[in-house]
Amino acid sequence: MNVATAPILSLITFLPLVGVAFIAFLPRDAVQNARYIALWTTLVTFGVSLLIWINFDPTTADFQFVEERPWLGPIAYRMGVDGISMLFVILTTFLMPLCILASWESIETRVKEYMIAFLVLETLMIGVFCALDLVLFYLFFEAGLIPMFLIIGVWGGPRRVYASFKFFLYTLLGSLLMLLAMMAMYWHAGTTNIVTLLGTTFPPGMQWWLWLAFFASFAVKLPMWPVHTWLPDAHVEAPTAGSVLLAAILLKMGGYGFLRFSVPMFPLASQELAPLVFALSVVAIVYTSLVALAQEDMKKLIAYSSVAHMGFVTMGIFTFTTQGVDGAIFQMISHGIVSAALFLCVGVIYDRMHTRQIDAYGGLVNRMPIYAFCVMVFTMANVGLPGTSGFVGEFLTLIAAFKVNTWVAFLATTGIILSAAYMLYLYRRVIFGVIERPNLRAIRDMSPREVVVLAPLVFLTILFGFFPAPILDVTAASVRRLVQNYEAAIRTATALAQ
Amino acid sequence: MIYQAIVFLPLVGAILAGFFGRAIGPRPTEIITTAFVGIAAVLSWIAFVQAGFGGAVVKVPIARWITSGELDAAWALRIDTLTAVMLVVVNTVSGLVHLYSIGYMHEDDSRERFFSYLSLFTFAMLMLVTADNLVQMFFGWEGVGLASYLLIGFWYTRPSANAAAIKAFVVNRVGDFGFALGIFGIFYVFQSMQLDAVFTAAPAFAGKSMLFLGSEVDILTVLCLLLFVGAMGKSAQFLLHTWLPDAMEGPTPVSALIHAATMVTAGVFMVARMSPLFEFAPVALQLVTLIGAVTAFFAATVGLVQNDIKRVIAYSTCSQLGYMFVACGIGAYSAGIFHLFTHGFFKALLFLGAGSVIHAMHHEQDMRSMGGLAPRIRFTWAMMLIGTLSLTGAGIPHLIGFAGFHSKDAIIEASWAAHTPGNYAFWLLVAAALMTSFYSWRLMFLTFHGAPRWGITGHSPGVVGSEPDLEHGHDHEPHESPPTMLVPLALLAVGSVAAGFAFQHYFIGGGQAVFWGRSLFTAPGNVILEEAHHVPLWVAWSATIAMLLGLGVAWLYYMSATWLPAATARAFRPVYLFLLNAWYFDALYDRLLVRPMFRIGRAFWKTGDGRLIDGIGPDGVAARVLDATGRVVRLQTGYLYHYAFAMLIGVAIILTVFMFTGGQPL
Repeated sequence: MNVATAPILSLITFLPLVGVAFIAFLPRDAVQNARYIALWTTLVTFGVSLLIWINFDPTTADFQFVEERPWLGPIAYRMGVDGISMLFVILTTFLMPLCILASWESIETRVKEYMIAFLVLETLMIGVFCALDLVLFYLFFEAGLIPMFLIIGVWGGPRRVYASFKFFLYTLLGSLLMLLAMMAMYWHAGTTNIVTLLGTTFPPGMQWWLWLAFFASFAVKLPMWPVHTWLPDAHVEAPTAGSVLLAAILLKMGGYGFLRFSVPMFPLASQELAPLVFALSVVAIVYTSLVALAQEDMKKLIAYSSVAHMGFVTMGIFTFTTQGVDGAIFQMISHGIVSAALFLCVGVIYDRMHTRQIDAYGGLVNRMPIYAFCVMVFTMANVGLPGTSGFVGEFLTLIAAFKVNTWVAFLATTGIILSAAYMLYLYRRVIFGVIERPNLRAIRDMSPREVVVLAPLVFLTILFGFFPAPILDVTAASVRRLVQNYEAAIRTATALAQ
Repeated sequence: MIYQAIVFLPLVGAILAGFFGRAIGPRPTEIITTAFVGIAAVLSWIAFVQAGFGGAVVKVPIARWITSGELDAAWALRIDTLTAVMLVVVNTVSGLVHLYSIGYMHEDDSRERFFSYLSLFTFAMLMLVTADNLVQMFFGWEGVGLASYLLIGFWYTRPSANAAAIKAFVVNRVGDFGFALGIFGIFYVFQSMQLDAVFTAAPAFAGKSMLFLGSEVDILTVLCLLLFVGAMGKSAQFLLHTWLPDAMEGPTPVSALIHAATMVTAGVFMVARMSPLFEFAPVALQLVTLIGAVTAFFAATVGLVQNDIKRVIAYSTCSQLGYMFVACGIGAYSAGIFHLFTHGFFKALLFLGAGSVIHAMHHEQDMRSMGGLAPRIRFTWAMMLIGTLSLTGAGIPHLIGFAGFHSKDAIIEASWAAHTPGNYAFWLLVAAALMTSFYSWRLMFLTFHGAPRWGITGHSPGVVGSEPDLEHGHDHEPHESPPTMLVPLALLAVGSVAAGFAFQHYFIGGGQAVFWGRSLFTAPGNVILEEAHHVPLWVAWSATIAMLLGLGVAWLYYMSATWLPAATARAFRPVYLFLLNAWYFDALYDRLLVRPMFRIGRAFWKTGDGRLIDGIGPDGVAARVLDATGRVVRLQTGYLYHYAFAMLIGVAIILTVFMFTGGQPL
């Protein structure tokens, strides 16, 4: 079978649904079978998805593994990946087995439904990054909300209703505006084919409105300040694996959206509104870092830290430079690994003590040295220490920001001080010290299953810190074209104006 | 191969000790890590001879790292004379500290972890000094920060150690904030991170300006100032110095290696390394001189009144680093690096000697509970005496002296020749030399001479900053340390005596042009070292006079009229308290920065996120909807948003259908 021509993207997109079919036919009490089916499904999906990486041609910026089938009238079923989207597909398929493993013991109610929800979510997440048609993208993008909504609402914590409500309300507005914008694009260009739309020039006035409509949706997803307040609540109430996917994949859809739609399709509006994005990014970095400092709940702290880290992403994208966009993509991948790992780490002790309050812990290193080591690696990665994956993205986006606007770079760089403060303060309160609480005296270190979940993340965090080439090389060609097209569009517009 | 071995042997040691230390046991771990660093040290001396006297810059590519567009930062080793000097200092002191730690830490049950951290630190420091581009330097820079954080907080059960570790990391990050911006700026201006490319292009940018933070500024001045902020953090210079005294919470070998001989000198190294930029930024150099001189003076004043033996030496380090920066600031980079070199030996000697004292005193660090130790730990006393003579700069001008004498006098003479406004740099440095002599001899007298006070006050485990008592059940008679601790002392003592006159010719004397080659850059017209040789006689003698004066006063206070210290402290109580509290910097920062930051964070969270954003946003919307629809909706289901959700799906379907059928392109 020739991988390049086989419908491999559809295969990995819908493979999880095969697992769903199997689980659905299981008897109600076959809980363990449901777990194993989900695990094997995600592992096979991951294995197949690696074929994409292996066969990916990093020298071209064109879409690869393209599939196209007539579907509904003008809307075709179009799939394909380029250097910008391919890694998100791999990230998704890579994290899914870890999520299933992390939920192995902590989820005991409605296990079948839980696994189904996760597998459906996987299909939808992969679909978002592969879709090359507006409507298809929209369907995957919005439908992904439903399983996540259910995961929080059914398996979440005590305030899950409030959290899922907030999650939903924020997303509602953005989605509607984006849908309207997509219709407008269709009416203007006569197609919903993303590849064609990427070559379409929209009139400057129209670009403005389309940009704002997409921005409303992506800014909420990412999330950007000030539409970020749903995130801490959603994370706190979500089960561990839900938090992992939320932080690692769902947030990235916002950044991906900017790269796939806003910048290449509406370059003039992007240029004009970049100052707005810069302002919000810088506020996000400084403001949410300070808020993180004051948190008493571990998950909330990491959630706020996520908002700050996403600030580097938006800042990098809207510098429209190679380093900025490279850095933004790298930062998203790295954050996908590191924040996932941090939420998994919280999950490890939450499963034992059933609290996420920071002051309920202390001195864990005395009983859990392996755990302490893992958390240290991810803490340092979150702090952006060189030699961890967290450094590369931050560094590249900041370097790009300095070229464009020194004030933005100056203010955003304060983030490296603040992140050190809140992460080390967290580490000290949870891990260091002596064990004072009697209920912690018998706490167990990580089980083999937990080690299996975290070890690959430790490995990748350090690997990409020392050797980021596997990511940077894959994105290089697509990023170069993105930046060149942007610059060409701006040049043309300036020439016309004169 | 030799260079790869120098840099990567410590890394291999760190990995072995860290991951397999528990499996192979503490003693093999100690031997492996010590041997690896020891081999690296021997190879470093070979490299020193090759690079220092052979001249050529050697570059060893290792691997790709970050490539993005025109940015290409690769892993590579770059060895020239400046690097070779640092290799020697780092690996020699590190090897001896490893050896010493075998004795010093022998009762700790996490020795594998300790040795792993020590070797990890060594590796990071070596990456810093061998960096071929600024990103790799930043890697080493932050890497030593991590190792320092881990080692300061090595005894993690102690709250004070944890606090000190965080403080060290965060204050260093404030410096790194400047360093990072400096790197960004250099890339923006020069389109490269490569040191050689930057150095070659630098002269062309002299006097040119760019827009930075909304104002037109001189390019090289602002870049050098940003880099210097990084140096200030790492080298604990005035305003960013507060972490260094607290860092003494770490085990004493750590203080000797990281917080005296190597890591804290990274700032000086960086300024010297970037001399091709600094030489074209006279304003930045003036600030380097000012900060250096103020630090030298300030830290010395605080050192006068400290009671913790390690804190005295810590403030002394801070002060000596100030000397090195003054040297760089006035363009005498070679003198600065020479002092870095000699300081590495005698300060490590003093710290390890202090460790031997602490070991002898069963982890007592308060000098008020010492006294009369000289006859009991004769060898340690002799070593500390050599260290003190070297630090205070004992010697005969124009002739010979201890290591510290040669390097320090060179700086003081150069500072006179530099003609700073009112010659402030010279006077501050001489004053600091006087105080250095006083507090150093005070330390010697309080610790080793006079009547023993440890018999009277007994053992006080509650003293703040004392290391944990691991030796319960011993009697309190002070005892000499084991050979693994004394051998490093002896070797460092050799350096403290001889490193000055043996290397003076090459570092700052007639052989310096050949020795340094192109690794240090001095602009044409920079003749500071030449002028320093022609200072008036009294200037050449000033440091020696100051040293003798300090010795005399210390003798008077602590050997002759022992009631004087208390009386002086009483008479000048505000001054005493001001010094004792290190000019109240900690209190000031706590009040002005730390606490407000937490308060602002809380306010943003509760008021900003809670009341404003959520209040107007989702919560507000929910409340309005509920007001409008009354209680009917809520009574019916209680799940208002289910309706909203269904609505979205409906809208989506309707619109999609509309697009398929009627929605022809306009």
